[in-house]
Amino acid sequence: MAQLLDPRTTPGPMTVLNTAITMLGSGELQGHLWASLQRVLQGLAIGVSLGVVGALVAGLARWGENLIDANMEILHAVPNFAFLPVLIAWFGIGEEPKVALITLSVWIAIHINTYSAIRNVDASLVEAARTFGVGRRELITAVILPGALPGFLVGLRLALTAAWLALIFAETINAPTGLGRMMSDAREYFRIDVIFVLLGVYALLGLASLAVARFLESWLLSWRRSFDGA
Amino acid sequence: MARDQTTLERALLGRGDHHDHAVIARNVGKAFDDHAVLRDFSLEMRPSEFVALLGRSGSGKSTFLRVLGALDTEVDGYVRIPRHRAIVFQDPRLMPWLPVLRNVTLGLPQTREVKEHGLATLAEVGLQDHANAWPRTLSGGEAQRVALARAMVREPQLLLLDEPFGALDALTRIRMHALLRELYRKHRPAVLLVTHDVDEAILLADRVLVLTEGRISLSTKIDLPAPRNRSDPRFAALRRHLLTELGVEPD
Ligand SMILES: Nc1ncnc2c1ncn2[C@@H]1O[C@H](COP(=O)(O)OP(=O)(O)OP(=O)(O)O)[C@@H](O)[C@H]1O
Ligand SMILES: [Mg+2]
Repeated sequence: MAQLLDPRTTPGPMTVLNTAITMLGSGELQGHLWASLQRVLQGLAIGVSLGVVGALVAGLARWGENLIDANMEILHAVPNFAFLPVLIAWFGIGEEPKVALITLSVWIAIHINTYSAIRNVDASLVEAARTFGVGRRELITAVILPGALPGFLVGLRLALTAAWLALIFAETINAPTGLGRMMSDAREYFRIDVIFVLLGVYALLGLASLAVARFLESWLLSWRRSFDGA
Repeated sequence: MARDQTTLERALLGRGDHHDHAVIARNVGKAFDDHAVLRDFSLEMRPSEFVALLGRSGSGKSTFLRVLGALDTEVDGYVRIPRHRAIVFQDPRLMPWLPVLRNVTLGLPQTREVKEHGLATLAEVGLQDHANAWPRTLSGGEAQRVALARAMVREPQLLLLDEPFGALDALTRIRMHALLRELYRKHRPAVLLVTHDVDEAILLADRVLVLTEGRISLSTKIDLPAPRNRSDPRFAALRRHLLTELGVEPD
């Protein structure tokens, strides 16, 4: 018991709070947080765009299915982080491989879910739309994309989780800034209190991501009257 | 070869010349695998003619309706249909993510005139107050009225109805019959109504067909004056006649 609560391995809550306040006061935490957040936001922006466009092409055209979906299946089968050495070889050790790893994780999560959602759009609705003269463009914007939206949002939830996980791996590459940098510094100098502060930050970021996903769901899916847990 | 011919005939569709006929279908054949559903099915409909198609479950009524709606183009025979067609299916098939009015104007250019026309058509089916509602908040009868508005807003020359009231309760169905009659009186499209309900067919149609084994086995004009009444002895006689043709022993 005493060992479990050894302040050298488990700092008390007040210590952690004081460390957090010091880190915030010096602006150190915000600076690193902002660096990490930028990587995640860039990876999300690129990954979501690629995922949606790719899923649409794969969902609507046979050649797209052969070209994109088959490859995404393979990428999905390999743990993303195994690609890190390849990404470093391609992009060097700057920002690019970090953003690329996050992009890849996001892309895969978005693609898998959006593609299967597109393929599962109710065929009788598509048929009805066609009989009412709906052209290709309207079919995509008024039928297929909104029909695939619930699946896309499931993908987005997973993508947000995947993005933060990928960030941790990405920042093990020579990162001059970012939460990962703070984490490895803290490990080196055995600042267990700083590590606990960072764990708290990761938790908050994860919760904030889920809140964003939930907000998007309730906003974009207001047409859906579904079981809400009664 | 037969398929090529049909394709060719379809290319000629809508080039005028359907003043005397809204629909010409000659020797239409359709088989799924080896199971022939329609054989030598022929039907001609005059403009503004209201035809009801009866038949047992699985007799091929929906298959034929899909041919007339150009949903199924891989058929044998000769088919000529007008360019402006609209279908109401048994289920409303509204896009749940589009508000009611946007469902009605689906496939049309989204101009102010079209929206106003859509609103006016919603008013005709008594749903102008639901223009901005989500389809899932509507009752079954309301949703089917929206489907009817979505079809009517296109001013079709041919209106295809595949058991549109099959899922509705008896009271709602009576209201829907009145509504359909009213819309028909105003817009005068040719109508093909597929139904299970013999009474519905006699109440609404100018002509009732019975589909048996891929062909029309009975075609009868309904000459009863409007408003038609189930207690009319001629109504009962027609009803008995049609039920017998459908293989049901009327009591
Ligand atoms: N896509 C299809 N593939 C194979 N068989 C089909 C297909 N569509 C219809 N059939 C068959 O064709 C026959 C006629 O079907 P259809 O849907 O036209 O019947 P129906 O007269 O509309 O029946 P109901 O009154 O029950 O709606 C049925 O035996 C059905 O199994
Ligand atoms: Mg049917």
